[in-house]
Formats: sequence, structure tokens, C-alpha cells
Amino acid sequence: MNDIVISTFAGAIRAGTPLLFATLGEILAERSGVLNLGLEGMMLMGAFTGFSISYITGNLWLAVLAAILVGGLMASLHAFMSITLRINQVVSGLALVFLGQGLSGFWGNAYVGMQANSFQNLKIPLLGDIPYIGPIVFNRDILVYIGYISVPVIWWFLYKTTAGMNLRAVGEAPDAADARGINVILTRYLYTIIGGFFSGLAGAYISLAYTPMWVQNMTAGRGWIAVALVIFAIWDPVIALIGAYAFGGISVLQFSFQILQVPIPVNIMNMFPYIFTVFVMLFASSNRIKKLFGAPSALGVPYSREEKT
Amino acid sequence: MKSKFLFVLLLVGIFTLSLAAPLKIAFIFVGPINDNGWTQAHYDGGVLAIQKAFGNQVQIKYIENVPEGSQSLSVLRALASQGYKLIYATSFGYMDQVIQAAKEFPNTIFEMCSGYATSTNLGEYFGAMEEARYLSGLIAGSMTKTNKIGYVAAYPTPEVVRGIDAFTLGVRSVNPYATVQVVWTYTWYDPPTEKEAALSLINAGCDVLAQHQDSPATIQAAEEKGVYAIGYDSPNMGQFGPHSYLTAPIWNWAAFYVPNVKSVLDGTWKPTFYYGNMADGLVELAPMSNLVPPQVQKLVNAMENEIKSGNFDPFEGPIYDQSGKLMIPAGQRATLDQLLSIQWFVQGVIGSIKK
Repeated sequence: MNDIVISTFAGAIRAGTPLLFATLGEILAERSGVLNLGLEGMMLMGAFTGFSISYITGNLWLAVLAAILVGGLMASLHAFMSITLRINQVVSGLALVFLGQGLSGFWGNAYVGMQANSFQNLKIPLLGDIPYIGPIVFNRDILVYIGYISVPVIWWFLYKTTAGMNLRAVGEAPDAADARGINVILTRYLYTIIGGFFSGLAGAYISLAYTPMWVQNMTAGRGWIAVALVIFAIWDPVIALIGAYAFGGISVLQFSFQILQVPIPVNIMNMFPYIFTVFVMLFASSNRIKKLFGAPSALGVPYSREEKT
Repeated sequence: MKSKFLFVLLLVGIFTLSLAAPLKIAFIFVGPINDNGWTQAHYDGGVLAIQKAFGNQVQIKYIENVPEGSQSLSVLRALASQGYKLIYATSFGYMDQVIQAAKEFPNTIFEMCSGYATSTNLGEYFGAMEEARYLSGLIAGSMTKTNKIGYVAAYPTPEVVRGIDAFTLGVRSVNPYATVQVVWTYTWYDPPTEKEAALSLINAGCDVLAQHQDSPATIQAAEEKGVYAIGYDSPNMGQFGPHSYLTAPIWNWAAFYVPNVKSVLDGTWKPTFYYGNMADGLVELAPMSNLVPPQVQKLVNAMENEIKSGNFDPFEGPIYDQSGKLMIPAGQRATLDQLLSIQWFVQGVIGSIKK
């Protein structure tokens, strides 16, 4: 039984880590007012880039760096289309998904069935020996640790620094932010691209640590789950952590339940996260509650000095 | 006089042209041709094998990643109207659209894999993967120490259920104490989810894993945790588990495609329901890795010969379902109809088929 408890929680963190990265990145982008639905495409490009660079060079850190940069490159395309050209953000984001699927599939052909260096577990001394907590939390690969650290860093940045306040201002009231001398366009570009960095990292985690291989469409819809998670987390990095691991936990628990013959249908289990998301969206639809929850008011609205809305 | 000469020349020209004109063949695939799985098996055994066997007598086109369902109809129509005379649809989800296209283009021959509808210009083809599944079950049953074997399965379709049953019959014939634990992933293809399913089985004590999934994630999980694994679809999966991979039940579609194309070229094609087996060479067990002990390899080879000669059939009674009810009486074999619609597990399977 102990084994099952440990493996379920450990599995929750494993399955939750790619969701966490993608969600954190999207929180930053959406906080600046840019909705990027292209997470799936950026993750796929990150997964492909990470794997291929690891295969070619054997250098894992170079691989992760390349994946991050490619994620950012994809996001800058979205930034250009949605911020500068002011194209509908939903359309531009969807385009990014198909672009990522197509390009990674096409370029990835040569790497299917290959093997490359991958991240191994790295036990943290002392902490890794704590019963239960040790094997679950402190005997993981390094990308998981980066996930842990990212959350408080982003929280601190968002709520405790001037730059974070400026970011939130741009997403809440771009007019006011502009009047205060914050460069709205630049800010939005910056955080959309940083969002892409995180999606690229999420993809690299899948192809270099989770299931070290490359196959087409290997993210299998996790980018979309992250889009839902941002709402679930009401744009907060700490809730994102809880949400990502909980979503991950459900995807692991469904199998333990089947084995233990718990009479809850798998389909119902897989539905839970989305039910929560719909629930949050229902509540967040009223403006007053939206404020309370912290949904960026200017989310999805292109900014232009000439056309004040 | 001159015009008559020209006319004859024209006739001769048309005649030689029609002799030389290759048969235009098209394939529609549900995935990419290098997926190391289902689609690659059809590409290797179809496109490549036909090209090799018939050279410039044929002209082959294939389209990858054609979604199942309504979108495939426009692809089928386009191919038929471009003059493709023989069209292979290689996934179950194309069936309704293939039936429709076969009606619209009566002069085009359609062949549909894993469906069940036939008409004057529509044939069906599939194969007895259960025979190779049974053999892989012999290996799993012989090699388990915990008597717990895991099976990562996609969807409870008759094809998958049939495979689990045949596998379990193989397991139990050499090890009546072993059980086969099934978990459903509800996806054909999602490496992380497949891996989680495999890990959950390993945590529950399974020391041999089998799979009906299209990615090598199960083998990867087995390799990480030091248990054995049996692949599917492609012998290439073995490279993901040098210390875990035992074998894989695989398809050799060339055994169907090459004679089928020949029958079209000869003008002897008929719409049939083709169900190939190991004797036909359509279904194979990939070479066993050297983790499989010699005496087990010997047993498997002997049973393979029995199956090929027709002396033995995995679904030969008496066969009981999970509740102990007699489903196939002693001395009888399951009919093809029974196998194609099977929705019950044999004794020894742990898991349920949701209705």
C-alpha cells in the first residue's frame, strides 16, 4: 500500500510537471493581456527541438536551452501577429498549434525510434531520505526541481516587484499603464515570449525526461489542458502548482483505481479537471467576481493608442 | 489513305499506351509512415512491397495523417476522380466513408482494413493477430515470477479484447496460477499516458507487461523498472528495452497486399473478406530476444508450427469467461463471427469491459 501511495504522488508530480511549466508561462502571457492558445504547438516544437539537439550533440543542457528558445521564437510569432498586427488572438494561437504540429512532425521524421541522452533522477542529500516525502519530492530529475523553484520565483515577481506590478497593470488597464509611462507593446512582447520559453521547456521535459523519445504529437493535448489550468488557477502561480499536480495526479490515479477496482469510471475521472475549469469560468463570468478572482481585464484585447476603447 | 494510316497508328498508340499504363494505386493512412507502428507496417508491407514486386506496372500514391470520419470522404473522392483504380483504406474509422465512395465510384476497387462491409467493388482485409498474441502469452506465462502479468490496452474494442483473451489463454496454458491485469488508457497513442499505465501495473507487482498501444512507452517503463515487456506492431520497439524486450506480435501486410494487387492486375480480383493468419504469413511473432530462455523458445516454435498446420487454435474449447461460464465447449473452436464481435474476457483476466 505504501508503494502505491508513494508511486501515485510521485506520478502526480511527474505528470504534472509539463502542465506546470506550460501553465506558468501562459499565466505570464495572459497577465500581460495576451491570450496564447498555441501552447500545444510550442510544446511540440520544444519536445522535438530538445530531443533532436540531445541526439545530435549529446548535451542535455544545450538541448533544453534550444527547446526554450524555439518556444520563445514561436511565441514571438504570435506576439507579432496579435500585438503588432492586432490579429484575433484566438486565430493566431490556433495557427501556432497547427504550425507546431506540422513542423515538428515534418522535421521530426528522422528522429522517430532514435535514442538520446535523457535526464536521470537526482536525489537531494538528507531531504531525499525523509520517509514518504523524500522519494516523492526530493528524488526527481532536475527539471522537476526547476518546476518547484519557478513557482515562488514567479509569485514573488508578480506580487512583490515593480516589474511584476507593471506586468499586471498592462493586463488590467493598458491605458493607465501607458499613461504612467509603461511601454505596453514591449511588455506584452516580452511576457508572451517568456510564456513561449516555458512551453518549450514543458515540451523538453516530455521528450527528455518523462518519456525520452520523439514521436509525432507526443504531447497529446497537454497544451490544451494547460490552457484550462490557467483559468483553474485563476492566474495565480501557487494555485497553478496545486492544479497541475492535481491534474497530473488524476491521470495517474485512473490506473491505480482500475487496478484496485474502485468503481469510478475512467471517463468520469478524466472529466474532473474540466468540470472544475467550467465551474471557475461560470463564476468568473460576472465582472465583480472576475475582479475578485484576478482575471486580467484586458485579456485578449489588442492595445492601440489611437483606438482607445 | 494517309488518314487511314494515321488512324491505325493512333490505334496502335492507344493500345501500347494502355498496355504500358501502370495500375494507379492509392493508400490512405491514419498516421505518419514512420510511426514505428500500425501505419509503418502498412507502408512497409504495402507501398514498399508492392513497388518492389510490380515495379513500373504500378504507380503508387499514399496520403498520411488522414483523419478518420467524414473528412476522409473528400480524400477518397479526390483519389478516385484522379484515376486511382485501387484504393486501400487502412483504418477502421474510414469504413462509412469507404462504403459511400465505393457507391459513387463503381469502377474503382476499394479495400478496407479491419472493417466488415463488402460490396461489388469493396473488399475487406484483416488478420488473426490472436495467434501471435497467444504465442507471446506462452512466453509471458513462462517468465513471470510474481504470477502477475500486466496488459496496457487502448480501447475495449473486439480487436483488443480478442488479443487480451488469446494472450491470457497462452499465459494460462503454461502457468495456470498467473493472472493478466488489464488497464485501459482510452488512447491509441499518448506516450506519457501509456507510460503511467505501465508504471501503475509494475507498482501493482506485474513483472511482465504486454501492450496494445502504438508507442514504445510501455517498454521504456519496463526497462526503467527492470521488468520484462512484449511490444506490438513493430520489432523496432525492442531498441527501447535492451534488458526488457522479449518479442512482439507483428503484422506482415505484404502477405496480403502483393497477391491482392496481382489479382487486380490479372483481372481476377473479387470482393472478399480476407482474414489472414500465421500460416499465410500475415501475422508473425517478431524474433524472440535472447532474454527468452532456450526451452521457452523451443516451446513457442513448436506451438507456432501447430498453429500454422491448423492442428491447434488458441480459441479451442473448453474456454470459460471470467465468471466461470463455459463460452466455447470442448472440441469446438470459436467461429470468425464470434471472434470479430468478442466482448468478454477469459478466465485469468483481471479487469472489466465497460459497457
